[in-house]
Amino acid sequence: MSDLCCASSKVCCYDGETKIESIALTIDRDDLPASVIGEVMTSVGPVPRVSTEMSTSDRLGIWKLRWGIGRMGYTVPPGLYSVGEPDAGSDVLVTANYRMTFDLLRSCMKERNVWLLVLDTKGVNVWCAAGKGTFGTEELIKRIELSKLSDVINHKRLIVPQLGAPGVAAHEVRKRTSFKVMYGPVELRDISAYLDNGRRATPAMRRKEFPLAERAAIVPMELVPASKWVLYITLVVALISGILGRGTFFEDALHYGSQSLFALILGTFAGGVVAPLMLPWLPGRAFALKGAFTGAAAALLIPFFILTTGFELSAWTLITISLSSYLTMNFTGSSTYTSLSGVKKEMKEAVPFQITAVSVGLILWLAALFTAGGGTA
Amino acid sequence: MTRKIRYLKDVTTLELFEEKCTGCGMCVVVCPHGVLAMDNGLARIVDRDACMECSACSRNCPEEAITVEAGVGCAQAIINSALGRSGDACCGLEDYSSSGSDCGTTANGCECEVPAPKRKRSGCC
Repeated sequence: MSDLCCASSKVCCYDGETKIESIALTIDRDDLPASVIGEVMTSVGPVPRVSTEMSTSDRLGIWKLRWGIGRMGYTVPPGLYSVGEPDAGSDVLVTANYRMTFDLLRSCMKERNVWLLVLDTKGVNVWCAAGKGTFGTEELIKRIELSKLSDVINHKRLIVPQLGAPGVAAHEVRKRTSFKVMYGPVELRDISAYLDNGRRATPAMRRKEFPLAERAAIVPMELVPASKWVLYITLVVALISGILGRGTFFEDALHYGSQSLFALILGTFAGGVVAPLMLPWLPGRAFALKGAFTGAAAALLIPFFILTTGFELSAWTLITISLSSYLTMNFTGSSTYTSLSGVKKEMKEAVPFQITAVSVGLILWLAALFTAGGGTA
Repeated sequence: MTRKIRYLKDVTTLELFEEKCTGCGMCVVVCPHGVLAMDNGLARIVDRDACMECSACSRNCPEEAITVEAGVGCAQAIINSALGRSGDACCGLEDYSSSGSDCGTTANGCECEVPAPKRKRSGCC
């Protein structure tokens, strides 16, 4: 066999003697993402070529990832890929094997000829993975070697996303592989400008902002798990009320359960939607405080939704504020500018407040349950 | 553009040992919040309170002139570790996001590094 690749496996056959593992090496042909539309032949074997188009299923996949629906196909096999017709002089862009990252990157590479070196970050995006070290020096070096990158290209430049820097020590990579890590822009939308500008980023491209659109994009991710809890708690409240209340089980369960549902929805909306969206304009710097503020505003609406007595009103007010504060505090994890030291500091102050407020709220609510003629609103 | 959102004052563990700095400028390049800047050929901390302790600067300093207690500012992760839950937390935005550009909409990824398919996902894993 001459220089034909045996399509059946990861092994390439050359002159019938030497068996060289395909450059895709770790990429099993059966695992190749749907975006692969062919291959580019190199001196060490074929490299899968990916499309720069987003198919309907790609878009659907991204949408599903955002809403946390299923986790199927959220990774891309790590290894070397190509876009267009790259040659030995083409740029190499390093990225994560989180499918959303990979898809957005390739869709930004229209009309370009580049190599994509996908690291194994276990399906986690670059910034997160860098924080853990999975997008890191060791993995990058391993992937350079596995893909035989130095045989594929004739230069020593690697373009690594700037947000990968917490995991990658550029000087270390250079020392051990002779490859020079060049940090590309923070945002994918700037990658074209960066490449066209001779691989130079403007100061603005080096900054991670947290604009409204980005905050809005995270809201569903936070909301889905929170909503589940709203339902669980409501069911528990309904059950307890049904058993302990003075009316019939069904009457009490419905009455108190619906109250709980309304109050928790208000708190979830205040802390999970309003506070993240209004983040820059809410008072204070601590997220828990901002969330308590929107929670308090939402609690003002409780009387409009729930006809309650004094005890219940106080109870649900406290619970709503506390829930909102907690949810906004949780948003620190999705924000782009909070530090571990800062979050620890605010939690030391906020968590005791939140726990106290919920506890007092529960006691008041139980008091209301036993004093009120349950089921009568 | 909105005004820069700021987090708590005086909390960061970031330290720069100026006597070790050789002025390569890598820390200034990798910092996503403009915490550092070059001044007379050497790095300086110019916006301390903007630091999010991501450790990009210290990781990329060949002279080890910068120290920072690296971590992710994520309440859920702190709660998880306090409760002794395994499964680490990872939060933050998609590295390459884009707001309203041709590259799709902003992407956020907050994934738990737990083998698929049974993955519990909390707000920030």
